[in-house]
Amino acid sequence: MKRSYFIKKVFQALLTIAAILVFNYFLFRIMPGDPLQSLMRNPKATPEAIEGLKKLYGLNYPWYVQFEIYIKNLFSGNLGMSFLYKQPVYEVIGSRVLPTVLMVGLAEILATIVGIVLGILAAARRGKAVDVASLSFSLITYSMPTFWLGIILVSIFSVSLQLLPTTGLLTAGQSYSSTMSMLVDGIKHLILPTLTMSLVLIGEYTLLMRNTLIDVLTEDYITTAYAKGFNEDYVIKKHAVPNAMLPMITIIAMNTGFVIGGAIQVETIFSWPGIGRLMYDALTARDYPLLQGIFLMITFAVIIANLLADFTYGYLDPRVKQ
Amino acid sequence: MKDMKSKTKRPKLKKFLVSLRNSKMGTMGSVILVFFLLLAIIGPIIYPFNPQVFGTGREILNSPSMHHLLGTDDMGRDVLGNLIAGSRISLLVGIMATLISMIIGTVLGILAGYYNKRIGSLIMQFTDFFLVIPWLPLMLVLAVILGTSIWNIILVIGLTGWAGTARVVRAQTLSVKERPFIERAVAIGSSGRHIMVKHILPNVFPLVFANTILVSAVAILSETTLSFLGLGDPTQPSWGMMLHYAFESGAASIGAYWFFIPPGLAVVLVVLGFTFLGYAFDEILNPKLKGR
Amino acid sequence: MELLEVKNLKTYFKTQKGMVKAVDGVSYSLDYGKVLGLVGESGCGKTTTALSIAKLLPPEGEIVSGEILLEGEDLLKLSKNKFKRKRWKDVSIIFQGAMSALNPVMKVGLQIAEALMLHEKLTYKQAMNRTKELFKLVEIDENRVSNYPHEFSGGMKQRVMIAMALACNPKVVIGDEPTTALDVMVQAQILNLLEKLKKEINMGLILITHDLSVLGEICDNVCVMYAGKIVENGTVEKIFNNHKHPYTHKLIKAFPNIHGERKLSTSIPGNPPNLLTPPSGCRFHPRCEFADEKCRTKEPELNKVGDHHFVACHYGGAFI
Repeated sequence: MKRSYFIKKVFQALLTIAAILVFNYFLFRIMPGDPLQSLMRNPKATPEAIEGLKKLYGLNYPWYVQFEIYIKNLFSGNLGMSFLYKQPVYEVIGSRVLPTVLMVGLAEILATIVGIVLGILAAARRGKAVDVASLSFSLITYSMPTFWLGIILVSIFSVSLQLLPTTGLLTAGQSYSSTMSMLVDGIKHLILPTLTMSLVLIGEYTLLMRNTLIDVLTEDYITTAYAKGFNEDYVIKKHAVPNAMLPMITIIAMNTGFVIGGAIQVETIFSWPGIGRLMYDALTARDYPLLQGIFLMITFAVIIANLLADFTYGYLDPRVKQ
Repeated sequence: MKDMKSKTKRPKLKKFLVSLRNSKMGTMGSVILVFFLLLAIIGPIIYPFNPQVFGTGREILNSPSMHHLLGTDDMGRDVLGNLIAGSRISLLVGIMATLISMIIGTVLGILAGYYNKRIGSLIMQFTDFFLVIPWLPLMLVLAVILGTSIWNIILVIGLTGWAGTARVVRAQTLSVKERPFIERAVAIGSSGRHIMVKHILPNVFPLVFANTILVSAVAILSETTLSFLGLGDPTQPSWGMMLHYAFESGAASIGAYWFFIPPGLAVVLVVLGFTFLGYAFDEILNPKLKGR
Repeated sequence: MELLEVKNLKTYFKTQKGMVKAVDGVSYSLDYGKVLGLVGESGCGKTTTALSIAKLLPPEGEIVSGEILLEGEDLLKLSKNKFKRKRWKDVSIIFQGAMSALNPVMKVGLQIAEALMLHEKLTYKQAMNRTKELFKLVEIDENRVSNYPHEFSGGMKQRVMIAMALACNPKVVIGDEPTTALDVMVQAQILNLLEKLKKEINMGLILITHDLSVLGEICDNVCVMYAGKIVENGTVEKIFNNHKHPYTHKLIKAFPNIHGERKLSTSIPGNPPNLLTPPSGCRFHPRCEFADEKCRTKEPELNKVGDHHFVACHYGGAFI
């Protein structure tokens, strides 16, 4: 991609990250009353945790010094001590990243593939059964709270049909005769959370692909392609879809924030030991350092995802390429 | 001049209502919303519900019967009554939060569009910043910090949902700004504030209204999700709180479908209602979109 | 036998308000190696006849009746598949607005090569070689086959469109206002190119335009259209120097003559016709100062007024 484009996008990302750091810092200052007081009222706050927080925020110093301490701490990876886990925040977060990446990653891949295929079908057979069905599906999943969909799936597959487990990464207290049987158990646990996430995303991506493709199909170069004597399959595959994919990629990446929101809900329902569930636990326990750390991490992830999307777009769109 | 205005406004409204009735989506959406609105206003009066009154041990999680048409919840309370009472709260929160979002979004959008050089780009940077931050984590964090009374919830949802509106309003303001009557107003010396309020706002309003409908849908989903995650007002029996208690008490594992299905279904219906209406408005305002 | 014969073509569009009679009984013919100009105001139906020949009408459009004979074969009677094979090989189009007629994410060379691979069954390499030859023909550097559309200027994009239209050595090429969006210098270059090609390949070219200077430069015959009908049809000399229809007269007079007096050209009074409910009788009568009762009630036929010269007017040139 053009050098100027690359530099501009990186600069914007850095600017946003800086803004987030400031925002995150002040966020926990707007609590009514002295932050320390309300923290001390928290029953889970041990004296060590409060001391850790005091040190982290440097609450005895003037505000610009406090901010400097905050930034310094951040860069050395010190996000404070978690009230709930009595461990450094970054350690707690670190141990929970993988399950989320696994579940969300699988769901995104599945949803992207299915969504694109269904979207193409819906756009190509506009107004017919496929289109109406997929539109209705999208509309309904869009109107449903993600967690509710999870509850319904649990009640169907776990309770009524007794096919799949309801919680966790693996069955608690289970011993396995082989790696294979452990893998199978893990997969069984993975299915419902991933399915819940996927269904919501499929609804969104199908609608997106369909609408984008319909717009592309009204362009003049599509008429040119038909004029050359190609049939519908070829025109859609070779001319329309490549043009529709560009905005799709951008929007899928920008959607990361929404996906995180969904992950929080899904992980809560299924007690899936990831970042989402961690945030829910931190919430319930009013574990401020942990909350702040997770919030920072999630927002970082979204900004990076957007940046990667910009790079991918710059690589794929010839108008932006060198 | 004043007479001309009132003469042209009335047929516009009538024409608008007629095209709304002609659109299938518009009628469906309106019907659903009117139903829930009536339910919210009159329902709790006809069929009162007191969340403080618990049932006896035997009345916990009873399946639907003649006595309780939708069964009882984990505290022995009537699910149907809770459902009706919840409509009032969920709709109230949704509408109030949306109002806050719309006001902030419209004001910032018009300002950014009208003063679109330095002030405008500053506002848009701020708006884009808000758009990047993931919505649910932000709401969760704000709710934890501010506390979980119903007014705080309304504030939290309202303060996080304005960015999309601001963007859309700004774009519309930019295009309205180019119209000749604005140029005339500036030429005769009208102040910026006068132009923005008397000229730009009325022209931006239809778009704002259509946007409001769609934002309401998101606001209701947000309240439901926040309450479900334990950040709702525990004294308010909203649909989200019902689902929260349903989950906490393990209703799903027991198969107490009457507890967790109705509130979720109610949310889906209301959101569908707003979405249909919003699409219908969009189509009417932008006839190019017809036939989607 | 003529290369192309359009006989009594009627193409209507279904709209919410009714049937728009865009082309209402149009006949003309094109011979090998000749250029036919279709001229008229916007909305007179000239593009629609072209789209009808190429069967590229939008969903609301329908060819209601008529025949389109390509070397004697009626294209309208062919099955969808049979016609698809004829596309681009027999009839190709140079589209108006090359800016948007090229796929922005596909290399330009491939957009031409794909037609060759489809119709001439060439391999990719063979097709690319042929594409390079075509680029040479239209005077573009052949190394630019791997460029994308946005890397070309407007004029060059139009040349690419011409190269693309010629790729399969079609019998008939339809140029839909190929020079309209270009500046005068580039326009002249494109016309010279078309002139050169007309001599080298024996193709028939239908040139749709509302620009009379283009007409004069390159056309052999001219069809003047108005409100979905042909009002005059003849050789280019007859149309310019000996036209008989009041509309043709006004059209030509509306064009400033660089050799003539320096005065404001007269525009044509009145409004463009409504094609939903066209005027009764002669469709031009509301704007014609010579119109009488006969003109208002009876529709004139195309009558021969000279060698290769037809006019649809009850008074055939009496007033000019």
